[in-house]
Amino acid sequence: MTTDTAPKPSFWNRLAHPGQFVALTRPLLWPLTIITAALFIAGLWFAFFNSPEDYQMGDTVRIMYIHVPTAWLSQFVYGIMAVSAIGSLVWRHPMADVSMKAAAPLGATFTALALFTGSLWGRPTWGTFWEWDGRMTSTLVLLLIYLGIVALWRAFDDQLRAARVIAVFTLVGAINIPIIKFSVDWWSTLHQPSSVFTMSGPHMPPSILTPLLVMAIAFTMLFLTLHLKAMHTEVARRRLMALQRQAAQTGKTA
Amino acid sequence: MINLGPHAVFIICAYAGVTLAVAALIFWTLFDARRTASKMAALEARGIRRRSAGPAA
Amino acid sequence: MSAFAAVIARELRLSIRTGGDVLTLVLFFVMIGVVVPFAVGPDRELLSRLAPGVVWIAAFLSMLLGLDRLFRADHEDGTLILLRHADLPFWAVVAAKVMAHWVVSAVPLIVASPLLAVMLALDGSAFWRVVLSLLVGTPALAALGAIGAAVTVSIRRGGLIAPVLILPLAVPVLIFGVGAISTGPGPDLSGSALLFLAAISLITLALSPFAAALAISSGED
Repeated sequence: MTTDTAPKPSFWNRLAHPGQFVALTRPLLWPLTIITAALFIAGLWFAFFNSPEDYQMGDTVRIMYIHVPTAWLSQFVYGIMAVSAIGSLVWRHPMADVSMKAAAPLGATFTALALFTGSLWGRPTWGTFWEWDGRMTSTLVLLLIYLGIVALWRAFDDQLRAARVIAVFTLVGAINIPIIKFSVDWWSTLHQPSSVFTMSGPHMPPSILTPLLVMAIAFTMLFLTLHLKAMHTEVARRRLMALQRQAAQTGKTA
Repeated sequence: MINLGPHAVFIICAYAGVTLAVAALIFWTLFDARRTASKMAALEARGIRRRSAGPAA
Repeated sequence: MSAFAAVIARELRLSIRTGGDVLTLVLFFVMIGVVVPFAVGPDRELLSRLAPGVVWIAAFLSMLLGLDRLFRADHEDGTLILLRHADLPFWAVVAAKVMAHWVVSAVPLIVASPLLAVMLALDGSAFWRVVLSLLVGTPALAALGAIGAAVTVSIRRGGLIAPVLILPLAVPVLIFGVGAISTGPGPDLSGSALLFLAAISLITLALSPFAAALAISSGED
């Protein structure tokens, strides 16, 4: 695509070309898939066969191995979206648009899963499926923001225009999420002075920490794989739409 | 399989739900990719190419 | 500054000409307060406990429902494009519009809120706290609403999606707004809640003109 006289494009510039991006990252897909699968097998083996039950929580500690990774992803994916939003607004990087769009439904799913596993964990440990405590409530609000963003993507016809507008909204959300978290914490301590259940992070024994870490990495790799694949599809979809428009303009109707 | 204790139902439900959702996510991602690729192939079969790819053969 | 004032004056004049909107908004606000006793029963004690939440929900809904007209009419007749190329920076235009929007859609609600307080059996001191918390909190709603309206202005059927986008972001306003009214069973935190509410209002007011202006200009070109 470049002539001899043109300067050699930098790595980021080459990534900015959708075709180049797909060509560069397609070879990554299979290794990523294999790593993800291997990590999941290892993580599940640890989770079910090689970790003791917690003396306090009993066997329900095994729900933690999927709850904590999904909860981590719910925030990590929003982080990815926010970084992509900056890339889209500041550098107008085309792949940042695509990354933002591909991440939104994945983030919504993982957030929903974090709530789902959290409520199934809450039933035996707290005695209720849903407790309006700070962490669950702010995750619920996060899910609503994700769903709003997905709805926004679907509402726009012109995806190029949509990307920049949604980037603005994503960043507004990113600024707002800590405020929401703080206010929800304030609210929940106001309404229930006795804390129902606090997970003491640093006191976790390594027998629980190992499966947790392996599962967290496995879920993160799963997200990265799916995200990459969804980005490739999105690039293809944009090319498809451009082709359809071109076909309509030149009169070659379907 | 080890004994899951008195709360086995919850653990199994949680893992089943997550498995189902992740499977749906993977399936949807692959399905979307296939669908887009097949639409693209259909368009190209009718001789519609990108301008940058030169005139249609 | 005169251009800024001119934008505000224009917005106010426009909404006075179509004065029905403001009246409908107030009517809607009061009606939510009227409907709630039918839903939960006329028990005064229960009503006065629910009142802070009901007042804020009513304010929320009325302000979010009136959101769509903030930019849409100007977008459709091209005024927005002219304003973008005015001497005044576009974020200042948006800030002026947000202020005018607050005057048109929040001040009538605040004026009408005593009515709601009486119907929902709030006592004297709580009554003033309602007015104060609405006065401090509604600017944040107007500012957040402007972002929602700006993001959805280039969508043809964006009317419903803006409230859906903004509601989760406005959760802190609701929490501290209600907190500033109700004293609750524990220690009285309504004072600190009011301060948090003021902080949120100031932050959102300071940031939203820039975000909304950026969203509008990226949606149009």
